[in-house]
Amino acid sequence: MDGINALIDGFGTALTPINLLYAVIGVVLGTAIGVLPGIGPAMTIALLLPLTFTLEPTQAFIMFAGIYYGGMYGGSTTSILLNTPGESASVITAIEGNLMAKKGRGAAALATAAIGSFIAGTIGTLALALVAPQIVKLAIQLGSPDYFAIMMLAFIAVTTVLGSSKIRGLASLGIGLLIGTVGIDPTSGQQRLTLGIPQLADGIDVVVVAVGLFAVGEALWIAAHLRRNPAEIIHVDGARMNREDWRRSWKPWLRGTLIGFPFGAIPAGGAEIPTFLSYAMEKKLTKHPEEFGHGAIEGVAGPEATNNASAAGGLVPLLTLGIPTTATAAVMLGAFQSYGIQPGPRLLDEQADLVWGLIASLFIGNVILLALNLPLATIWARLLNIPRPYLYAGILFFASIGAYAANTSTFDLWLLLIIGGLGFFMRRFGLPVVPAIIAIILGPVAEEQLRRALQISDGELSGLVNTPFSKVVYVIVVLLLVVPVVIDRVQSRRRGGDQGDQGDGIQDAPSLGHQHANQEGQ
Amino acid sequence: MAIVVGFVPRPEGHAALDRAIEEAKLRRVRLVVLNVSRGDALVDSRFASSSDWEAVKAKLEASGVEHEVAQTVEARDPADQLLRVAEETNAELIVIGLRRRTPVGKLIMGSAAQTVLLDADAPVLAVKAARD
Repeated sequence: MDGINALIDGFGTALTPINLLYAVIGVVLGTAIGVLPGIGPAMTIALLLPLTFTLEPTQAFIMFAGIYYGGMYGGSTTSILLNTPGESASVITAIEGNLMAKKGRGAAALATAAIGSFIAGTIGTLALALVAPQIVKLAIQLGSPDYFAIMMLAFIAVTTVLGSSKIRGLASLGIGLLIGTVGIDPTSGQQRLTLGIPQLADGIDVVVVAVGLFAVGEALWIAAHLRRNPAEIIHVDGARMNREDWRRSWKPWLRGTLIGFPFGAIPAGGAEIPTFLSYAMEKKLTKHPEEFGHGAIEGVAGPEATNNASAAGGLVPLLTLGIPTTATAAVMLGAFQSYGIQPGPRLLDEQADLVWGLIASLFIGNVILLALNLPLATIWARLLNIPRPYLYAGILFFASIGAYAANTSTFDLWLLLIIGGLGFFMRRFGLPVVPAIIAIILGPVAEEQLRRALQISDGELSGLVNTPFSKVVYVIVVLLLVVPVVIDRVQSRRRGGDQGDQGDGIQDAPSLGHQHANQEGQ
Repeated sequence: MAIVVGFVPRPEGHAALDRAIEEAKLRRVRLVVLNVSRGDALVDSRFASSSDWEAVKAKLEASGVEHEVAQTVEARDPADQLLRVAEETNAELIVIGLRRRTPVGKLIMGSAAQTVLLDADAPVLAVKAARD
C-alpha cells in the first residue's frame, strides 16, 4: 500500500497553488489542441520544451501531463461535431459520435465522451499509482541486456503496428536512429555523422528534432493542402444524457478502461488499436445492434473511455522503465532528459516528489477537464473558426524561437528547416512519424545499454540473451514479426471461406493502421 | 446589368437576399447571389451549408427573377471576390448584409462590409436584419 501513501503525499505537492496553476494551464491548452485537428499533444509539448527550461521539473511535467490528458478530451469534441477527428485517438469516436450528432443527440454524445473519459482517466490513474511501484520492484532487478531487449521490443512493436506498411515503419525507425546517433560517441569519444560540422558534435538537440518533425513538418504539409471547403459544424442543443443513455454507457466505459490501460502500457503505438478493439467489442456485445451505423451511444462511450485509459497506461512504462510507447511519451522522455533526469526504476525513489505530484495532479486535472468539457464543448469547437494561416504562423514562430533558444545558435534554425522538410516528405510518402521520434529519443539510450551489455560480456553477443527475461522478450519480438505474416498467409489461403469470431479484431487491425497514416497527414 | 448580393447564412444575409430579390423585381435585372469563403479555417460560419444553399435556390426559383448563384472557395478576401464579380457582371447595385454593432465593436473587428463600401464602384445597399 506504499503506493497509496505516496500518492497522498503527492496530493500535497499537486495542491500547492503554483502547481495547481500549471495543471490548469496544461489541461486548458490540452483541450484546445485536442480540438484542433493536426495539432496534437506531442507537437505542443515539443513547442513548450524550451519555455520550460525556466520551470521546476515538477511544474513542467504537471503541465505536460495535463496537455496529454486534455488532448484526449478535446479530440472527441471535433470528432462528434465535425466528423473530423481532432486526434488520432478519436478516429473511432467519429463513426458513431457524428451520426449521433446528426440525429440531434450531439449533447448526449459529448456528455458520454466527457464522463467516460473522466471515469477511465481516474481509474487509469489509480491503476498507474498501484501498478507503478510493483513494476519498479521487478525492473530494479533488470540488467543492461534486459533493457536493451525491452527497447528492441518497443522499436519493433511501434514499427510493425503503425502506419500503412512495415517497410515504411522500418524506414521511419531507421531515419530516427540515424538522427539519434549524430554527435560524439559517449563510449569511445569519436565523432559520428557530424560531417565535420562542429555544431553537430553535441548531437542534434531534441527540441530541434521534435519541433521540426511535428510543428514545421505539419505546418508545411498544411500549407501545401490549405484550401478546402469548410466543413459543416453540427449545432448542438440541450438534449442531455437520459436514464437510458446512462444505463447503456456505464458498461462500455468500464470495458473501455480495461482494454485501454494495458494497451497503453505496451508499446503498440498509443490509442488507435485499443479504441478500435473497444468499438468492435461494443458492437458485438450491444443489445441494440441495429443502432450501430446509425449513432449508437456505446460506440462513443467505449472508445472515448479507452483512449483516456491508454493515456494513463502509457505513463507506466515511461515512469518505471523510461520506455515511451507513444509520440507524446517520447517527447516527455526527451523533456526528462533535458532536465538531466533519466526515467527508470530509480525515478520513483529519487524523484518521488515529482512522480507522485505528477500522478496526483492527473486526478485533479481530470476533474478540471470534466468541468471544462462537459458544459463548454461547443465553445471549444469555436476554435475551429480560426483561419489556419494564423494558427500555423503562430506555431512556426514558437517553433523557431524554441529551436533558437535551445542553444542560441542560428545553425539550429537551419537544422530545424531541414528536419521540417524531412517531416513534410515523411507525411508526403506516408511514413509514420511516431517510430522516428521514438527512435531519436530512445535510440541513444538503447545504444548505451547495448554497449554496456557487450562490455560486461567482453564483446560476446551471447551476453545479450543470457538472462531469462531477455530471452522471453526476444521471443515476443520474433512472434511480433512472424505472426502477422503467418496470419496473412493463412487468411489469403482461405479467403472467402469461414469468417471466425476470433479473426475479426486481428484482421481489421492493419486496416486501421492504414487509416492512421493518412490521418496524420491530413 | 445585374444586382450582386453577398449571401451569408445569418439573419442579415437573409435580409440582404430578400431585399435584393425585391430590387431585382423592381429594376427587372438579373440577380447574382454569391456565397464565398477563404476556405482556410476548418469551419466557416459564413459558408452556407448545402441545406442553406438549397433553401436560397428554392427562394430564388419561387421569386421568379432571373438569377445566377455561385458558391466559391478562393484564396482571396471574400470582399474582393464579391467586388470582382460585381465588376465582371457590370453590376448596377451591390447588396450586402450588415451586423448590428457598436462603434467600438466596429473599430476592433473590422469587416468585409467595410471593404465593399470603400472599394465598390457601383452603389452599395447595406441591409440589417430586423430587430428582435
